[in-house]
Amino acid sequence: MLSLTSEIRTPLHAIGPGPKLAALAIASVAIFSIASPALMLLPVAVSAALYLSCGRRFARAGLRSLRPLWPFLLLLGLWHGLTQDWANGATLAGRLLSTVALANLVTMTTRLEDMIALCTRALAPLRVLGLKPGRIAFAIGLVLRLTPTLLDRGRQLGLAWRARARRRRPGWQIVLPLCLTALDDADHIADAVKARGGIPD
Amino acid sequence: MDRDLIMIALFAALIAALGLIPSVTLISGVPISAQSLGVMLSGVILGARRGALAAALIVFMVALGLPLLAGGRGGIGVFAGPSVGFLLGWIPAAFAAGWVMERTRRLPVFAAGALAAFLGGIVVLYIPGIIGMALILKKSLLEATGFALPFIPGDILKAVVAGALATALHKARADVLMSRA
Repeated sequence: MLSLTSEIRTPLHAIGPGPKLAALAIASVAIFSIASPALMLLPVAVSAALYLSCGRRFARAGLRSLRPLWPFLLLLGLWHGLTQDWANGATLAGRLLSTVALANLVTMTTRLEDMIALCTRALAPLRVLGLKPGRIAFAIGLVLRLTPTLLDRGRQLGLAWRARARRRRPGWQIVLPLCLTALDDADHIADAVKARGGIPD
Repeated sequence: MDRDLIMIALFAALIAALGLIPSVTLISGVPISAQSLGVMLSGVILGARRGALAAALIVFMVALGLPLLAGGRGGIGVFAGPSVGFLLGWIPAAFAAGWVMERTRRLPVFAAGALAAFLGGIVVLYIPGIIGMALILKKSLLEATGFALPFIPGDILKAVVAGALATALHKARADVLMSRA
């Protein structure tokens, strides 16, 4: 299972996740308080500069991760175009792009282990409420291990479906066999965990 | 209970896998995927508490920076985007679906499952979803509801499928409905 951390090493990788998350929080609050389109150019330019300072290839990867936003930008464009309210539309689009880009930047430049370590530390005080960090870590590991397995099995079920059916794309029909094999996996894992003395706290 | 934790992780992985298997993407805001079907199933099969924990586990892992959402999306950026309410809403949605399932033991599994999936996966899920869109895109709640409306027919279909799947799973593995155990 791949994480979204960029393979391309940047100076930002050297900064710990704590300071980066704090900076992101402050920047996001500041960006949300900007109301004029001219001023909104500032965070957009700063985000673009941060990405570009990490190299062209990194910046392109960053641009790719903004792609899921296009329907919303289109919606804003249509809406504010029809109401002749371009200034507000541009401000909102700039806000959306810069906050999401900066948040993505933190994810792209922070290793998964560092993020997990930070969360473990942050969650530690909740131990008094009965939260068990060891069990959370176990669950995360299990999801990381199971997701590619289920995904692979889903693809195989899809291929088998295509070999038999006339329709090219399998739909919800493959979900039932997928669930059934997953439930069998759960039984095997439960046995294996029991044999090894249970899940640690 | 170790088995509970394993089932929670399993359904979290199922939610992720259902989003990543290539699926229909309508040209519209929130990508349509089988992912919310996974959320509905978590509640219907596991019950309120465990279902909500499975959804919370996925949301947490997305925040950590794992590409577990439909189309391989993930990371903190998702929480700054317009669909944040739908993502966070998975937790109360799965809880509500499980809650309804736990309280409709006298109904047949299909009817109870479809009803639970509808109330949890649509009614409860769309409230934070619409609020999130309204806040991020600075539109009124009514306008944001308009943006979300095109997705409701697909989600109703998913709720019916969730009911059918719960029935089939219950037939195949009699002890699977932890929500009714």
